Amino acid sequence: MGRKLLLEHINVPGINTFDVYRQKGGYRSVEKALKTLTPEEVVEEVKKSGLRGRGGAGFPTGMKWGFLAKPEGVPRYLVCNADESEPGTFKDRYLMTYIPHLLIEGMIVGSFALGAKTSYIYVRGEMMPQIRILEKAIAEAKAAGFLGKNILGTGYDLELYVQPGGGAYICGEETALLESLEGKRGNPRIKPPFPAIAGLYGCPTVVNNVESIAAVVPIINDGAEEYAKIGIGRSTGTKLISAGGNVRKPGVYEIDLGLPVEEFLYSDEYCGGIANGKRLKAVVAGGSSVPILPANLFMKTANGEARLMSYESLADGGFVSGTMMGSGGFIAYDEDQCIVRNTWNFTRFYHHESCGQCSPCREGTGWMEKVLHRLEYGHGKMSDMDLLVDVSKKIEGNTICPLGDAAAWPVASAIRHFRDEFEWHVSHAHEATTHNFGLAHYADPLPKPEEKVA
Amino acid sequence: MSDKHKVTIDGIAIEVEPGTSILNAARLIGGDIVPPAMCYYSKLEGSGGKCRTCLVQVSKGSEKDPRPMPKLVASCRTTVMDGMEVKNITSPEVIEARKGVVEMLLINHPLDCPICDQAGECDLQNLGYEHGAAKTRYEFDRRTFEKIDIGDKIQLHMTRCILCYRCVFTADQITNTRLHGILNRGDHSEISTYISKAVDNDFSGNVIDVCPVGALTDRTFRFKNRVWFTKPVEAHRDCDHEKCNGKVTLWYKGEEVLRVTARKDEYGEVEEFICNTCRFDKKKTSDWVIEGPRKVSHKSVISANHYDTLKPLPVVKTNPLLQGANKEQFERDTRL
Repeated sequence: MGRKLLLEHINVPGINTFDVYRQKGGYRSVEKALKTLTPEEVVEEVKKSGLRGRGGAGFPTGMKWGFLAKPEGVPRYLVCNADESEPGTFKDRYLMTYIPHLLIEGMIVGSFALGAKTSYIYVRGEMMPQIRILEKAIAEAKAAGFLGKNILGTGYDLELYVQPGGGAYICGEETALLESLEGKRGNPRIKPPFPAIAGLYGCPTVVNNVESIAAVVPIINDGAEEYAKIGIGRSTGTKLISAGGNVRKPGVYEIDLGLPVEEFLYSDEYCGGIANGKRLKAVVAGGSSVPILPANLFMKTANGEARLMSYESLADGGFVSGTMMGSGGFIAYDEDQCIVRNTWNFTRFYHHESCGQCSPCREGTGWMEKVLHRLEYGHGKMSDMDLLVDVSKKIEGNTICPLGDAAAWPVASAIRHFRDEFEWHVSHAHEATTHNFGLAHYADPLPKPEEKVA
Repeated sequence: MSDKHKVTIDGIAIEVEPGTSILNAARLIGGDIVPPAMCYYSKLEGSGGKCRTCLVQVSKGSEKDPRPMPKLVASCRTTVMDGMEVKNITSPEVIEARKGVVEMLLINHPLDCPICDQAGECDLQNLGYEHGAAKTRYEFDRRTFEKIDIGDKIQLHMTRCILCYRCVFTADQITNTRLHGILNRGDHSEISTYISKAVDNDFSGNVIDVCPVGALTDRTFRFKNRVWFTKPVEAHRDCDHEKCNGKVTLWYKGEEVLRVTARKDEYGEVEEFICNTCRFDKKKTSDWVIEGPRKVSHKSVISANHYDTLKPLPVVKTNPLLQGANKEQFERDTRL
């Protein structure tokens, strides 16, 4: 059984309140950091832990903190990216809902390490309940002296604010988030300069995901060495995985990085296998933006070894036979699911969410969506697959921000691995539009209670 | 030791000031290695990086860190490093990506050059000619819009807009009030004015000059003539406006001034913005001090009917020896 660092107390009644959270050892890391460590020592601990950003890119968090420019007389900011909106990913929302003080605690430690006097939690606008939960938690922490002026008598001041976003997926991109936080249209900025040099209001800023910030708490509490002992290779610590799709037990799981994917998928501790006794057809391992893999490639790496839930193992084989850890949005597809429909659905999302600044993303995502739509509805051509691959190549790597890549990879990988199914949609147009191939799933997106756990 | 940075573009080395972008370094060299730019505008702060036509390959980052950059970069927003090596027209990857960008841009930009007022002066027309395919693979409906008059002098035809944001930057930076911007997102984005407002200020006409395609047009010139039938002449006047120096190009047809524009450099960028009075209200020769014919590149379609072209005399046409001596002029005359 994996160790629980973030979700250890998630089922304790009242853990969302300051008193219960404190009784369970909450805010120890704040006391330790502010009273016994210097900011540089906190940064060093995070570096030594090997923690990688849990938002999707997997960049080492300590290194990111180390890049922060520290000019005299200029404020610095820590901004928490709680704009979670990748289809298939719902772990941050879970943390914020059930154990909000863990995030607040991480924010205080992180802000102290970076020398930030004002920090923000940027939450997706639709998550109004979570915004209220966080605001209440902040008020409680402030009343207890963990926020505001002279925290715990150490002389450190910090104001923490929750900022609702406008509800656009692009605002999860760190520079678009900063634009939105400044009250402007959420368009990604052209980098460089990176936020570590010129971020919020032109000042040095670090933007971290909710889970990354929460993970700082056990790192400081137990020490970087303890944290780094968990995991495998450069994938250290635990990771929250939001499992969905056709698994028997969808939900948010905390796993030790390096857990075999087979164990994650089939053991009763985690997903419990595929629902309704069906067979696994494909997996999206890290949220909708990462390449989809057929079941056989997902289980084994390019070398034929068992695939592990780690950044390196999931990426083994590149995009030919590998994928990415991404944000941990794990979606399993059973044998009845239609890959064409799923790909169209993903592309529809990216088309809708493109900000429209750069031409390949603005026009290309719409183009792909229209081609996939006609394929799904029986008007496709055999040449459409090559067209889609070519258009996705024209988008990939040529855009201002990674949304272009996120739109291109699912399409390119679906055709790479499931070309037969796309061709079947062309050669059997009538059947493709009338059969039950995936339609049942999308016609009724709410799972029936008895189907949740078979 | 020189403080300048040495950068090599397509094998041609040049030393430039630190902070210079790859695009501007290429412009200092000039010629075919200059990447095209649809959204970058040197006079507008913060412009560039959006259209992706200026993508280049950095095959060597710098002397200190010679690793190549993993992706193509927007040359207009990437500053040079000492020892950087860049591939533009020598990179098949860049040419392929640029073809892709042109194809994307032409999805929602109609090739209605025969009826477009910008024909002959259109950056996208040139880009499409150099990088575009003769046939598009896009088979779906294009987006269309009704033309709208934003003020009494400017017409916006969003159907042609490629969302380069230049006019938005112009309105932001050289006028006192911002009355138009971008609505919606993705391919639903559109340039529009604030509800029921017109773009109406002393410098609003400059949005016409910065538009790289024919989305924003001059209502005082619209459909009056084709640009290659007009004669561009440099002129100036003592303008009352404190921010306008009154240096313009007059576009003549016979004795009549059909339109007035700001003067543009060899990259099609306005040298100095002009006020609306000069642009829209001064259409008589007597309003201006004529400086002389505007020099037009031989490559430009505007040179097709250039008035200062010296036509070979009839005797040259009949004498092979004189034909040889006047080869260039003879070829031009024959071509025209």
